[in-house]
Amino acid sequence: MSDRYLNLVNSAPGKAVASKLGLPRPAVLRRYQVGAPVLPGPALVHGAGLAGVVKDLEVDVRESDDGNTRWAALLYDATDAAAIDDLATLRDFFAGALRRLGPSGRVVVLGRSPAGTDPVVDATRQALDGIVRSLAKELRAGATANLVLVEGDASPESTLRFLLSGRSAYVDGQVIRVGPGAAPPDPARPLEGKIALVTGAARGIGAAIADVLARDGAHVVVADLPAAGEGLAQVANRIGGTTLQLDIAQPGAPATLLGHLGERHGGVDIVVHNAGITRDKLLANMKPEHWDSVLAVNLDAQLRINTALLGSTVLHDGARVVCLASTSGIAGNRGQTNYAASKAGIIGMVRSYAPAFAKREGTINAIAPGFIDTEMTHAMPMATREVARRINSLQQAGLPIDVAETAAWLVSPSAGGVNAQVIRVCGQSMVGA
Amino acid sequence: MSTRRAAVVGGNRIPFARADGPYAHASNQDMLTVALDGLIARFGLQDERLGEVAAGAVLKHSRDFNLTRESVLGSRLAATTPAYDVQQACGTGLETTLLVANKIALGQIEAGIAGGVDTVSDAPIALNEDLRQVLLDVNRARSVGARVKALGGLRPGQLKPSIPRNAEPRTGLSMGEHAAITALEWGITREAQDELAVVSHRNLAAAYDGGFFSDLVTPFLKLTRDQNLRPDSSLEKLAKLKPVFGDTMTPGNSTPLSDGASTVLLATDEWAAQRSLPVWAHVVDGETAAVDYVHGDRRADGLLMAPVYAVPRLLERNKLSLQDFDFYEIHEAFASTVLSTLAAWEDAAFCRDRLGLAEPLGAIDRSRLNVNGSSLAAGHPFAATGGRIVATLAKLLHEKGSGRGLISICAAGGQGVVAIMEAA
Repeated sequence: MSDRYLNLVNSAPGKAVASKLGLPRPAVLRRYQVGAPVLPGPALVHGAGLAGVVKDLEVDVRESDDGNTRWAALLYDATDAAAIDDLATLRDFFAGALRRLGPSGRVVVLGRSPAGTDPVVDATRQALDGIVRSLAKELRAGATANLVLVEGDASPESTLRFLLSGRSAYVDGQVIRVGPGAAPPDPARPLEGKIALVTGAARGIGAAIADVLARDGAHVVVADLPAAGEGLAQVANRIGGTTLQLDIAQPGAPATLLGHLGERHGGVDIVVHNAGITRDKLLANMKPEHWDSVLAVNLDAQLRINTALLGSTVLHDGARVVCLASTSGIAGNRGQTNYAASKAGIIGMVRSYAPAFAKREGTINAIAPGFIDTEMTHAMPMATREVARRINSLQQAGLPIDVAETAAWLVSPSAGGVNAQVIRVCGQSMVGA
Repeated sequence: MSTRRAAVVGGNRIPFARADGPYAHASNQDMLTVALDGLIARFGLQDERLGEVAAGAVLKHSRDFNLTRESVLGSRLAATTPAYDVQQACGTGLETTLLVANKIALGQIEAGIAGGVDTVSDAPIALNEDLRQVLLDVNRARSVGARVKALGGLRPGQLKPSIPRNAEPRTGLSMGEHAAITALEWGITREAQDELAVVSHRNLAAAYDGGFFSDLVTPFLKLTRDQNLRPDSSLEKLAKLKPVFGDTMTPGNSTPLSDGASTVLLATDEWAAQRSLPVWAHVVDGETAAVDYVHGDRRADGLLMAPVYAVPRLLERNKLSLQDFDFYEIHEAFASTVLSTLAAWEDAAFCRDRLGLAEPLGAIDRSRLNVNGSSLAAGHPFAATGGRIVATLAKLLHEKGSGRGLISICAAGGQGVVAIMEAA
């Protein structure tokens, strides 16, 4: 379903009326196209080291502001910030250039995690969090602001490529930690030769993830319930992948899954746990079967499959796992105690598994989508849907492709330094910190 | 010339629907194409050029002269994959399997797909035969006068269209009426037929519940299981149905008119291994027989009795006894057909007089018969039944890991197609 309001306020008369009345004016977001440059224009960068990294992304990097240039991105390296006064330098940098940040512009600040040694340093470092989150709310015309916390001399290149490009269109107000880990450069098809499994891939977000992983070069095994097989076959035939009709909640599912991946594909490099169900009821009215089925499919199945993978050679070293959480699991949602339990549980699960995956040079991360336009959200009442669409900094719903692009970044070889993270793809939704 | 065994790699079908049900507006080409696409998706055959695709339909529009080739062109297979149509009534699906398997065995092709499809909902309705003759005469007429004269042959009664009938052209009897004669001759009881039907439903339901069909069936038009399946079928419920053919055959122990399509992927072991695909079973041998149901004996030459003659010839050639099998897949056109077939093999006089055997073939272990259900529960889209049975048996043999299975399918025109498969 198209966002009629977004289309209206982006037409000439609609724009004039919305502007006069002070109505929200969601922008048409810049989204990634194959072969598109990382940024459509020049970037103003503070910090020589950071400037070097961004230049490697084939971006037109300037280190001083001439007062006229329209910037596609503003980047600031605050990894050395150690005192309150250092923040003023940051304010000066942005205050001058922000008004000339172009549509779907990018603000990225590099910082460090508080280390627990010096209160002044930690206060300064933590302050960056407040600055970036607030700035993200001030930006207009589809621009986003995100904070990247770099550990030691880890390379932020992969994360910067993602954040600056159209792939991160709906990722806003996020804090991403980059640690040590493999970070080879990204070729044009970063997933070439990889075997990927996507569950719940017959439609919606799962189908979009399968599309993008295949676009980036992976052979995708798409899995879904036997009853969803018709759509699943269409997805597989569209992307040159293969189908696996399987109920992941069945006791024998991990063995079936591992057997299939081992025998047919010699193992697996990428697993995206996307399959999930909702059975919304107020807790007072919640039937045991509604509770049990949601936790079985959304959480227990992932736990059993991940444990089986870790204990098997079917999972290749350097594997990447992405688990779909939800902003409901972060902020809570009325009528979703069961669903939020499963999605919050995924966040706990990802953090707990991360060291085990890291030991095998792998990563495991969670994506928490906010309001994404899918068949599921189309079923909502119109008024509720319209409100839900607007209560985020980008004033619009995300698209399945936005979640898919984030997943594709997290599973790419170059993102080895991103582990145990929860990336929200929510346009900086008002709900869910 | 040395031969090699054709491997059954897997199969795919759409759930079978009852006539005028969910597939009422789907054509044979729609159903065969989607069944092919499900197979392609399962085994990653997108853009592959296969040796051939052989399939067919019993009820076919004249415009569908190249049904299988058109379905291939509409599928995700390479457009350079050749295809042809086969029609051997209900034996079509197994006959195409044997055709493809034989070409593989002879080294002519490395891999191919066999299949079949049928719709009775989207049946071809032809012009009234008299009207057709008049119109052809008009077309042939050279002058205005001749045309007017030819048009003079038009009559109101010719508006009645010609609808395909489920009847044998040479006897005018429907298949059910023929089967009822055979059932009566062999003394097949109503109770025995109902019992077979209940077991068929129970077995098919259990197979679905156990996930057996997860990699054999792809849903179509929101149908996820065979529509005819009644997991709660019981002898009490079946006993309430009124006979429709003879005194014992009811809608409960006869197959309903159905829509559906099935496909089977066959290849050499090497072709499968190169693609890391499994080999479920090998096609060992096949045999086809026919009976003279028009002039023959009412008891021994029934319309659907041809497999009774085909199986002993196949056993003889392969030096096997009827008891040397772990699975028997006997197509349940009617419960009475299966029971008449088994009765004939146990009948010493029949086996001696008609099959030339000193000893009867004997009884089979009924617990090995149609263990995951058959046509009474699944439904029976004529040409699609063979593919359903071949894929089901191949997977049964694969799960068991050893053993041998016998397939027996009766067909209109007094024909029967039978085959042996072995676990890989």
